Amino acid sequence: MIHTRALTKDFTVGRGEAVHAVRGVSIDIEPGELVAVLGPNGAGKTTLMRMLTTLISPTSGEATVAGHDIATHPARVRRRIGYVGQGNGAGHTQRVHDELYTQGEIYGLDRRAARTRADELIEALDLGALRERKVSDLSGGQRRRLDVALGLVHAPPLLFLDEPSTGLDPQNRANLWEHILRLRERHGMTVVLTTHYLDEADTMAERVVIVDHGRVIADDTAEALKTKLAGDRLTVGSPDVRTLSRLAEALPGARDLASSGERLELRVSDAPTAAAELLFAARDAGVPVTAVQSHRPTLDDVFLTLTGRSLREESSEVSK
Amino acid sequence: MSTLVRDTRIVMARELRPVRRDPFSVIFGMVQPLVFLGLFGPLLVGSLGGQAGVLGGSVWQWFVPAILVMTALFGTSATGANLLFEFQTGAHERMLVTPLSRPALLIGRALKEMVPLAGQAVIIVLVMTPFGFRPHPGGALIGLALLAVFGIGLGSLSYALAIAVRKQDWMFWAVQQTLIFPLMLLSGMLLPLETGPSWMRVAARFDPLAYVVDAERALFAGEWSADVAWGWVAALTTAAVGLAVGIRAMVRSAE
Repeated sequence: MIHTRALTKDFTVGRGEAVHAVRGVSIDIEPGELVAVLGPNGAGKTTLMRMLTTLISPTSGEATVAGHDIATHPARVRRRIGYVGQGNGAGHTQRVHDELYTQGEIYGLDRRAARTRADELIEALDLGALRERKVSDLSGGQRRRLDVALGLVHAPPLLFLDEPSTGLDPQNRANLWEHILRLRERHGMTVVLTTHYLDEADTMAERVVIVDHGRVIADDTAEALKTKLAGDRLTVGSPDVRTLSRLAEALPGARDLASSGERLELRVSDAPTAAAELLFAARDAGVPVTAVQSHRPTLDDVFLTLTGRSLREESSEVSK
Repeated sequence: MSTLVRDTRIVMARELRPVRRDPFSVIFGMVQPLVFLGLFGPLLVGSLGGQAGVLGGSVWQWFVPAILVMTALFGTSATGANLLFEFQTGAHERMLVTPLSRPALLIGRALKEMVPLAGQAVIIVLVMTPFGFRPHPGGALIGLALLAVFGIGLGSLSYALAIAVRKQDWMFWAVQQTLIFPLMLLSGMLLPLETGPSWMRVAARFDPLAYVVDAERALFAGEWSADVAWGWVAALTTAAVGLAVGIRAMVRSAE
């Protein structure tokens, strides 16, 4: 569905100073996949998506999207993709039904078909009570659902969502996702989304592409990324941390040991087994253990392992 | 070509829908010209009304056609702000990802400018008739058509300006205001240039608005003079240049 080869975008800012927003990205996405592109703000996610949706042309490299080359046949690509951008797609002075009707006309539906399609989507995305409402009078969550509806008018085989749930409260986010996943199931759509919400990429996507400084630095299922790149974390409390860390070092796959006060933290490949082993070893050595806690890694741990930086901190800094 | 016509119609219909749903928005676009008509008109009558030679038979006959041009000037030169808003919200970006032809995105918007403009002009003519304004029917119709063509050009230029300053949106009003006041004063719209210094009359020759104003005055009086022809030249040139500049800007508006 998407094939890119060495896709690159440079921007010139100020006096000939080049910003390498996307550097040589090569990815392949097959029909039916649900892929999250994850990365900190400024990583190049949006630039990548703007190239794939034909909004901007790449500096170099190539890409085929929905069967057509983005550089030579942008019009054919546009016909086959749906796009929900970061902003609000619906015009603020327009009414909900009018905007969906116009979108239908744009994709070549006749009057009746455009009207029927608008009604279907209003139904599917729970916008029934808002049919004749002006877009500027809608709440953030309602607008976002309308944006998704606009992206789906022509039942595209491929849907792009650029930070679909940014700015929504948890309830609205869950609600939006429910709609997206149901529609995807019904139409067998391929979905590509960008996000900086770790949990969203983790729970919703079947495949996570991590982008940093314009490059793809990891690409796999969330589970595989976490197991391969981060590993479990174990936190153990003890008044004798020093002896405990000596014992912990002997555990299989143990690394990144760090102690503070009466607490020892380390990474292991399999936390529950390692915890049991460590408890036995501690009892044999006469070291008292006050608490044991194991954590499955998050995608933030994966990002931390890959870059030495925390994604959570970077995102929250920007949102301040 | 047929795609362009089809897409232009879709864009125009979309632009007109809020106007149709809320026709009173047309009235709001008339506030400034009505203020001039109500507050400046009587002053004009008071100070120049006696000098029949300067203004012709009736002051209203001289002033109302100019106010129609002013409506076009204020309304269509501000319309870029609507596009600027759609840049900010993301609505324009959504359009750019659809198969709509890029030129249609501009032409449809520019053609739409005719509709509120014609509505406003008709209202002003109707309101002023009881005060002694007597438009020549045939001339008035041609005058409205001339205004529509000029409005398409000015609207296109306003959209082009909006696209050019989309990353520093405050610039839009700064540029728009800086341009429309000299254009307006040099056109002889508010006060006859005949009473001003000669350099102003020379400068007015480079103001397309001046030709449009003269043509409207002639048309509404039913005079078929060379002023009418020059007015059409000015309006058609403005439309051609506006559309060319606007389409170029629109095609590049995604970057």
